[in-house]
Amino acid sequence: MAEKQILDADDIRRAITRIAHEITERNAGVRDVALVGIRQRGVPLAMRIAAVLEEIERVRVPVGILDITLYRDDLGIRGPAPVVRATDIPFDINGRTVVLVDDVLYTGRTVRAALDALTDFGRPARIQLAVLIDRGHRELPIRADFVGKNVPTSRDERIATRLHEVDGDVEGVFIVRTAETATE
Amino acid sequence: MSAPASAATARGRRRHVLDLDDFSTQEIDEILDTAVSMKEVLGRAIKQVPTLRGKTIVNMFFEDSTRTRISFELAGKALSANVVNFTARGSSVEKGESLIDTVRTLQALGADMLVMRHSESGAPYLVAQHFHGSVINAGDGRHAHPTQALLDLFTVRQRLGRIEGLKVVIVGDILHSRVARSNLWGFTRMGASVTLCAPQTLIGPESFWKATWPDLTITSNLDECIMGADVVMTLRLQKERMEGGLIPSLREYSRFFALTAERVARAAPHCLVMHPGPMNEGVEIMPDVAVSTQSVIEEQVANGVAVRMALLYRLSGE
Repeated sequence: MAEKQILDADDIRRAITRIAHEITERNAGVRDVALVGIRQRGVPLAMRIAAVLEEIERVRVPVGILDITLYRDDLGIRGPAPVVRATDIPFDINGRTVVLVDDVLYTGRTVRAALDALTDFGRPARIQLAVLIDRGHRELPIRADFVGKNVPTSRDERIATRLHEVDGDVEGVFIVRTAETATE
Repeated sequence: MSAPASAATARGRRRHVLDLDDFSTQEIDEILDTAVSMKEVLGRAIKQVPTLRGKTIVNMFFEDSTRTRISFELAGKALSANVVNFTARGSSVEKGESLIDTVRTLQALGADMLVMRHSESGAPYLVAQHFHGSVINAGDGRHAHPTQALLDLFTVRQRLGRIEGLKVVIVGDILHSRVARSNLWGFTRMGASVTLCAPQTLIGPESFWKATWPDLTITSNLDECIMGADVVMTLRLQKERMEGGLIPSLREYSRFFALTAERVARAAPHCLVMHPGPMNEGVEIMPDVAVSTQSVIEEQVANGVAVRMALLYRLSGE
């Protein structure tokens, strides 16, 4: 199993800062913006983006947490997850611009599930998508509005994002080449 | 204590929920964690997720039930499954169709899961052998009621933050209670210390219980064993027990075994009062205790839907 680092801690920090600036530019400020992180690693990324937004715009943007397990389309293939983790969206999404945040955009199926989940909470004015890595291989007509880095990959590679909030000491994005792991 | 292997699980995946005896602490924890998320779903404006779309769940009740049947129906519907209710009354069972034939019929009609209540202990085990999908025991005779026990564990964990190390007193007609038996599996596996309290005629020989649970405390003195308890759970006293001569009178039973405010005051200040329902107020529990701030009886009912959703989800897939 070979592992190659493609982003280090500083690269991630710069990507987050740039995404935050792009979000304010695209939406002419962040007055009606809310962030929703997709579990697992979209959540700390959303928090980090919110922290940068607070610095540059002096506005505290609400952050929600979305677990998409109950909206997956592969229950029949992969079976149930051991634990369904909590979804927590403690604000009204109606009429807001909701920016979904995830670490890796791959097939697009997670985002499809997240869109379904989010619309069960209301009708946002618009939904945008921010990802740290876009690795290609889409299986659905979905694209990201804000991308940290585009990384061409092959299907038998895996992208491993490690963030210190979740993974402890390690911080970085890695390409992992495995013989059998072909799914993310 | 690890869970024994059984036909209810295959290749590490659970297929049936027949009792709690084959659940590990880890599996129970995972179900209770998932139930927290299901409870969040039930608190939304749209109390429904698409998870079990296209699946058919048959509620097969050969014995009367209000809360369990409705709870399973709401749980299935909140997960977008098709839920069909089958009651023995008015069905081909009255024409003499056997249990196994009934199950084969429901299978041919496309049932993916059977939720079943039956007055015969062990009936769900028989059904599980003849059904290709999953079977959930919603109460069989005096044997087991695993989903009730899980919702009781969930309610305690939500309220007190843990189960391990708690002192749990189960009082009442232990001998005939499937709720007591499943809770015994659940609470002991999660590390609580359990006391059973009943008149001797309603509990049977101590050696029977100690053979499986050597650390149990068994007593007929509620005033004494309730001291310092974190949870006290009382059971419905079936009126026919008196007619069968197992207790001298309801009044005498009540005098020694009813949960009264004075008795609950001897327990820990945070002690939870639980009852699986339906209650005989004035017999095993006094009306003021049933509605006191320590009572979580209504919460048990509400939590039942979330816990059953967690179970239905866990059995899905394939």
